Amino acid sequence: MIRYALGRLTSLVISLFVASLVIFAVIEVIPGDPAAFMLGVNARPDTIAALRAEMGLDQSVVTRYFDWVTGLLRGDFGQSWTYKTPVAELIADRIWVSLPLAIYALILSTLIAFPAGIYAASHRGGPGDITIMGATQLGVAVPNFWFAMILVLIFAINLRWFSAGGFPGWDNPFQAVKSLTLPAIALALPQAAILARVMRSSLLDMLGEDFIRTARAKGLTRRQALWKHAVRNALIPVLTIIGLQFSFLLAGGIIIEQVFFLPGLGRLIFQSISARDLIVVESVVMLLVFTVIVVNFAVDIAYAAVDPRLRAKA
Amino acid sequence: MSRNLIIGTALSALFVTLAAVSFLWTPHDIETLDIPNKLQTPSGTHVLGTDHFGRDILSMIMMGARTSIAVALVAVGIGMAIGIPLGLLAAARRGALLDELIMRGNDLVFAFPSLVIAILITAVFGASAVNAIIAIGIFNIPVFARLTRGAALPLWERDFILAARVCGKSAARISVEHILPNITNLMIVQGTIQFSLGILAEAALSYIGLGAQPPTASWGRMLADAQTLVSIAPHTALVPGFAILLMVLGLNLLGDGLRDWLDPRIRVARV
Repeated sequence: MIRYALGRLTSLVISLFVASLVIFAVIEVIPGDPAAFMLGVNARPDTIAALRAEMGLDQSVVTRYFDWVTGLLRGDFGQSWTYKTPVAELIADRIWVSLPLAIYALILSTLIAFPAGIYAASHRGGPGDITIMGATQLGVAVPNFWFAMILVLIFAINLRWFSAGGFPGWDNPFQAVKSLTLPAIALALPQAAILARVMRSSLLDMLGEDFIRTARAKGLTRRQALWKHAVRNALIPVLTIIGLQFSFLLAGGIIIEQVFFLPGLGRLIFQSISARDLIVVESVVMLLVFTVIVVNFAVDIAYAAVDPRLRAKA
Repeated sequence: MSRNLIIGTALSALFVTLAAVSFLWTPHDIETLDIPNKLQTPSGTHVLGTDHFGRDILSMIMMGARTSIAVALVAVGIGMAIGIPLGLLAAARRGALLDELIMRGNDLVFAFPSLVIAILITAVFGASAVNAIIAIGIFNIPVFARLTRGAALPLWERDFILAARVCGKSAARISVEHILPNITNLMIVQGTIQFSLGILAEAALSYIGLGAQPPTASWGRMLADAQTLVSIAPHTALVPGFAILLMVLGLNLLGDGLRDWLDPRIRVARV
C-alpha cells in the first residue's frame, strides 16, 4: 500500500509540475503587452516601461516562473493588477460560491443517481428500467447551461419560487442555499444521468457474480442479497466516477455561474481575462487544476485502500 | 438493425442534411437584419420564429448546424489523427520506455479539467471557431490513444500477428496492415461519442463567447443571445437548445447502435 501510494504521489507531483509549466507557457504567449493594455493607447513609452518593471514583466521568463511557483507553494498568489489586492483574497471571496455549488451539485447528483441506478438494475428490462435508461439518454445529451435557462424560465420567471440569478452572500444561509439550488440542479442532472448508468451496469455485473448466487442459496431473499452484498460491492467503481465528477462539477460551474450571474471563480476568470489581469487567470486556473489532480489522487488512494487487487497490480 | 441505430441515424442524418442544404439554400438570409419583425413566434413565413434582430431562426439553426458539425468533426479528426498512431506506437513498443512516456502523457492530459483549459486556450489565442476546434481536439487525443493501445495489446498476442512477424513484416507494417483494420469498428463507435461531446463543448464555448464569432451562426451563441429574452420570447432559447439536445442524442444513440451492430458477438447474443 505504501509503495503504491508513493508511486501515485510521484506522478501527482510530476502532474502538478507539468500543469504549472503548461499554464505558465500558455499565459506567456498571450498576445499584447498587459502593461500597454492597462495604460491605454496614449500612454508614454517610459510610463509603460515603469509599469512593466512594477509588474515584474522586465524580468526573464525563468525568474518569473520560479517566483510564481514558489509564491504558490507559500500560499502567495501574487497581487492582482486591476483589483490591486492579493489574488489569494480574491479567490478566498469567490471560492465560497464555487465550492459549495460543486458540493451541492455532487450531493444532488448522488441522491438522484443511486436510487435510479439501483432500481433500474434490480428491475432490469422492466418498464421502470426502460424509463430510467431513456431519461439518462436525455440527461447526457442536454447542455447544462441550456437546462439552467429552462429552469430559470420555469421556476424563476413563471413560478417565482427562486430568483433568476445573483448571490446574497452567506449572512443568511437559507437564502444562500436557495440561490444555489437552481444552479446546482442544472449542474447535477447531466452528471446524475452518467452516474445512474454506471451504478446500474456495475450492479448488474455484481448480480451476475457467484457470491450472489451463494447468498441466495444460503436462503437470503433477492432484496437481502441485493442490499447486503451486491450494492456494497457495486459502489467501488461508482465512487471512482463520483471523484471524477467532482472535477467536472467544479469546472462546469464556470459556465453555470455565467447563467446565474454568480460571483464565483468562473466570473473571476472571465473578468480577469477581459482585463488582461494575467496573474489572476494563471492562479485561478492553476488552483482548479490542482484541485482536480489532488481529488483524482485521493480517489486512486481510496480505491486502492478498499480494493486489494489494485495494490497488488501496482 | 436496432431501434437505437434507426433513431440515431435518422436524427444525425437530419442535422447533417440541414447543414448541407444551408450551403445552397436557407429559407431566409441570416445576414440581413429585419428589426421590425424581431422576436416573432413561429408562423408560416418564419417556421421557427425570428430572433432579436428579426433573423429567421430555422435559417440560423441550419447555419449553426454547419458550425457545430464542422468544429466537432475536425476536433474528432485531430484526436484520431494523433491519438490512433500514438496508441498503435505504444502497443507496438509495449512495456518499453516509449510506451510508458506516451501513456503517462495521456494520463496527464486526462487529469486536466478540459473545459478550464479550453477556456484558457480560447481566451489567450482569441475566441474563434479554429481555436475552439484545437481546444476540443487536444482532449480527444488521449481518448483515442488509450483506446487504441487497449484494443491493440491483445491483438499483438494473436497467432495471425505472429504469422505476420514470421513473414518478416515490421512492427509499423503490422500495425497498419493488421492491427488497424481490426480496431476500426471500435474507433468509429468512439468517434461518434466524441463527436457528440464535441457538439456539446462547442455549444458551451460559443455560449460563453469563446467559440465562433458573429456573424458565423452557432447554436451556443444563439442561446447566449436568447438568455436575456427568455421571458419575453422563450422560443429563441427553446429552439437552439432542442437542436443541440436532439443532435447529441442522435449521435449517442447512433454510437450505441453501431457498437451493438458492429460487434458480431453481441449480435449473435441478441438473436
